[in-house]
Amino acid sequence: MLIRLFSYMGKYKKYAALAMLCITVEGILELLVPLIMADLVDVGVANGDTAYIYTKGVQMAACAVIALGLGIGSARFAALAGQGLGAELRRAEYEKLQHYSFSNIDHFRTSSLVTRLTSDVTNIQNAVSMGMRPFCRGPVMLVAATGIAYSINHTLAVVFFIALPVLGAALCVITMKVRPLYSKMQGAVDTVNRIIQENLTAIRVVKACVRGDYEIAKFEEGNRNLRCQSETAFRLAALNMPAMQFVMYGTILGILFYGGKLMQVGNMQVGDLTGFLSYVLQILNSLMMISNVFLLMTRSVASGARIMEVIDEKIDITDEKARDIEVERGEISFEHVWFKYKKEAKEYVLSDISLRIEAGQTVGIIGQTGAAKSTLVQLIPRLYEAGQGIVKVDGIPVQEYPMERLRDAVAMVLQKNTLFSGSLLSNLKWGREDASLEEVETACRIACVDEFLERLPEGYDTEMGQGGVNVSGGQKQRICIARAILKKPKVLILDDSTSAVDTATERKIRERMEEYLPFMTKIIIAQRISSVRSADQIVILDDGKISDVGTHEELLGRSEIYRQIYESQKEGVEL
Amino acid sequence: MAQYQYHGSKRPKNTKKTLLHLLRYLGHHKWLFLLVGLLVCVSTGANLLGTYLLKPVINRFILPGDLKGLLAAVAGMGIMYLCGALASLAYSQLMIKSAQTVIQEIRRDLFVHVQRLPLRYFDAHTHGELMSRFTNDVDTVQEAMNNSFAMIIQTFLTLTGTVIMMMVLSLRLSMIVVVFLALMFAFIRFNGSRSRKYFQRQQAQLGRINGFVEEMMAGQKVEKVFNHEKKDFENFCVLNENLRRESTSALAYTGMQVPTVVSLSYFNYAVSACAGGLFALSGLMDLGGLASYLVYVRQSAMPLNQFTQQVNLLMTALAGAERIFDLMEAEPEVDEGDVTLCHVKEEDGKLVETAERTGHFAWRVPEAPGTPEVPEAPGTPEVPEAPGTPEVAEMLGTPAAAGSGTRLVPLKGDVRFDQVVFGYVPEKQVLNGISLYAKPGQKIAFVGSTGAGKTTIINLINRFYEIQSGTITYDGIDIRRIRKDDLRHSLAMVIQETHLFTGTIADNIRYGKLDATDEEVREAARIANADSFIRRLPDGYDTMLYSDGSNLSQGQRQLLAIARAAVARPPVLILDEATSSIDTRTERLIEKGMDAVMEGRTVFVIAHRLSTVRNSKAIMVLEHGEIIERGDHESLLEQKGRYYQLYTGQFELE
Repeated sequence: MLIRLFSYMGKYKKYAALAMLCITVEGILELLVPLIMADLVDVGVANGDTAYIYTKGVQMAACAVIALGLGIGSARFAALAGQGLGAELRRAEYEKLQHYSFSNIDHFRTSSLVTRLTSDVTNIQNAVSMGMRPFCRGPVMLVAATGIAYSINHTLAVVFFIALPVLGAALCVITMKVRPLYSKMQGAVDTVNRIIQENLTAIRVVKACVRGDYEIAKFEEGNRNLRCQSETAFRLAALNMPAMQFVMYGTILGILFYGGKLMQVGNMQVGDLTGFLSYVLQILNSLMMISNVFLLMTRSVASGARIMEVIDEKIDITDEKARDIEVERGEISFEHVWFKYKKEAKEYVLSDISLRIEAGQTVGIIGQTGAAKSTLVQLIPRLYEAGQGIVKVDGIPVQEYPMERLRDAVAMVLQKNTLFSGSLLSNLKWGREDASLEEVETACRIACVDEFLERLPEGYDTEMGQGGVNVSGGQKQRICIARAILKKPKVLILDDSTSAVDTATERKIRERMEEYLPFMTKIIIAQRISSVRSADQIVILDDGKISDVGTHEELLGRSEIYRQIYESQKEGVEL
Repeated sequence: MAQYQYHGSKRPKNTKKTLLHLLRYLGHHKWLFLLVGLLVCVSTGANLLGTYLLKPVINRFILPGDLKGLLAAVAGMGIMYLCGALASLAYSQLMIKSAQTVIQEIRRDLFVHVQRLPLRYFDAHTHGELMSRFTNDVDTVQEAMNNSFAMIIQTFLTLTGTVIMMMVLSLRLSMIVVVFLALMFAFIRFNGSRSRKYFQRQQAQLGRINGFVEEMMAGQKVEKVFNHEKKDFENFCVLNENLRRESTSALAYTGMQVPTVVSLSYFNYAVSACAGGLFALSGLMDLGGLASYLVYVRQSAMPLNQFTQQVNLLMTALAGAERIFDLMEAEPEVDEGDVTLCHVKEEDGKLVETAERTGHFAWRVPEAPGTPEVPEAPGTPEVPEAPGTPEVAEMLGTPAAAGSGTRLVPLKGDVRFDQVVFGYVPEKQVLNGISLYAKPGQKIAFVGSTGAGKTTIINLINRFYEIQSGTITYDGIDIRRIRKDDLRHSLAMVIQETHLFTGTIADNIRYGKLDATDEEVREAARIANADSFIRRLPDGYDTMLYSDGSNLSQGQRQLLAIARAAVARPPVLILDEATSSIDTRTERLIEKGMDAVMEGRTVFVIAHRLSTVRNSKAIMVLEHGEIIERGDHESLLEQKGRYYQLYTGQFELE
């Protein structure tokens, strides 16, 4: 999986290669310096050759300068590679997200998507930027120092041929065992975070129900579990260092003793012994480094897996069957459509829906909470895909339209709507960048935005979204309607989009839509009978099935449900 | 340690205070920490001594060929090393144990404190901000405790030990090292301050991209409907590239520190070697001395690097700790109430406190010596319009003895506001001297625009916020005298934004009454009209809900919230736009069920839809923090005022 992650490095690969090169050369220089030094002492000082001493000194200084350059270079390249990888990963994730369908979006939670795009990527890029140095140095040092040590004395090398596998095995076991413990710990962290998050968002509920103690008890349970999990994981990981020390000290002693014996026989010099010792320590150190890198990676693997989940998510709505056609009129038909959100779900959300909407008609959809009204209309712009049956626009199955054109032609005002940061004008033009001011004004007039526009502090330039001016629910809904109208769609769907608008204004919007947009097919989902009563046909959805279709008068005469809804509102609002 | 504080990319403002606070936590385990410190010393000492002993061992035993002596020396060193390694083993395990315990304590104290904070605090701070105290800040503290504590002692000892050894070997030569160490140190400081600048820029970019991502993820569905993906992707790419550039610079500078210091140490090495060579030539130093001196020179860079790194980490951790402690020091909710809630039953015409759940409640009011028999009753209420004010005495009930010094006042749900002035921020008043009176056992409704102060009134009854002037009384008792928990126990609230917790549907309903039986839960769900949809869910009442019940529709969530209130069967119920996403037909059914449950109890209703409030006994129309009309549906219609306008659709609520 790591390999897959790194394949996203793309054009930054060369920096990674450069960084590795710099680090490798730097590592070799570091091994070279003691050799020069040995010469300086053994030859220069021993022979009293001042000039030789200076030469070697200059050589060492040169090495230092080169190492400095390489060091700075490696830092820069490693940063470039790591941050580049991060940027590419973020990009790849975001790009993939663009193709998600609604059901793909439902699959992930919003907050979890944000984490996957932000902190998970940060984890990976930092692991690369920081881990690169030990990751390259470790093996280089290991190989080089082993070679040198071996060349100094073959026999003595036996000592570390024992020590090396022992330490290697110990580190290996620790790393392998820690890995699952880390993921367990991450699970505990997630639980604790979830409890905090829920507590913070629902703090009013907690306080109103006086459930502070209950929440604390719940938190303590998670907290205790987290402590246990992390204690086990960290304690095991912390064995690394003592294990290293045991082996290192053992090796030193072994070499001292065995080397002493060898020297007795005359097979070895003192200088060799000390040199040998320092190289062996170097080797063990690099092993340690490598194992640390692995531990570091273990922790970022979890992040990597989460990122890959986003990238690997199977897009369920694609342009596979698309032809080069456009929506011309806006006639809609459902032919025996069945739908459920998840394949595993037992019950269908929509069952056997057949419905025909002529171009230019106004259709109202009414029904209980949870009757699947929104689901029904979301099938038209292919926000979800019908399980069985066919949804047609202009007599052609929706799958055959390129998605972009289909969605341009079918505008929808969602129940849960959002304004984005930016001015009112930029929000309005969201659907169509090149709309002229005149068109914007017309759209605002139809949606009755013009009525409160002057009262906004800076008119069209008023800041919306987070940190912007607070518009009321009704005003926001009107802006969203204007935004949709501005797209000049063939079909306009209003999903409970006038619930906060007063009935008088709502009537005005309806009238203006009839007047200005007579050829647009309009589908209105509403709670209030008054919102749909003048529609050409009203669809009553009950429990995912069409209970009845007809005009207000017809339904009042024959539909029990419709009459009940009507009665429940009649007293409330004058119709 | 204070002089190093400039290295942290984020450093604490008041190092000493934070450190002291942190030490208080460590203080619970001070023996453990002392032991750890001791063990660290042993471990480091063994390491240093081992290096130092190499020379005599070689000189005394290996060179003369004394095998027996060598064996003894090696055995001795072996014991020393063993102690060192065991000490490392022990301290690393102990350290993690105590660090995790301390972290657990910090996390718990933080959470407990957050529970006590007033809502005002949550209004002023985003969830993300508070969340980051629990995650990022606690994490850095944990990281530092796991490693830095021991590492700082260890590297500091090694560094000093090495320098001392060098001085012992050659005072003159060691001057060179001291100069270089100073140089390295200066570089680390310089580089630290420079990279901090870049880190701040990186943080700013990171904040920007996070904000963008959050907004876009929240509005994802709208984005799709509008085919706006391409445009947003372009914006994202720009932000992404900016972040990449800034963070590359930041990391390049931090990454430079280690290699630069290492290179400097080579210089140091070269200079020392040349100088040492010349010294040796002039007879100022022997060859063996020079060799071991140079070993120390080579060793000196590593601990310096580690030391500064660890100090940086510690500083970041202290900054995190400071933010944690700041939160812990935030003012908690004030609660000086001494009036508590209890169950009562009637015995011989007198109220008697009982442990049974009788469904009848009373306030247990402690009688301070010298307090008049009938305390702060709302006197002659200055609420002329309120119907039925004269029954004050009746409403207070017959004061019943409940033991010495206390008095029982039956809970009736009589809520009065008298000239209440309130604003969320002092400069902006939301309520301007509101007086109102809720007759016990009635349904009282508030209607008005967003920002008119409807929800505010509810928040004040619940004492989520403190009023600036005026009084609010509850059954004749100033609510400030009632213990907050008991006050809130007496009121069940269904708020506009429904919040569900991870857990089953039944768990979520049970949140209103933790010991509710399955049957009670089902009954509550039936009252809230939620039973039918719950039974159709894959696992019925045991269906798991995740992330605030995102798998349910808004309407379904509201039904659950109502069920939660229904299971609590509170003396007073508050519905704040509780049915806004529920269709009118279902709403009517719920209303019937709730009316039965709340028979004879006080209910407050806030709604946008007039059909929701129409059946209320008293409807108050609020505008700009003042009650402009009040009365029942018919009388308000007759007034032909604002209510009439709303009703006939001539006026939009904002």
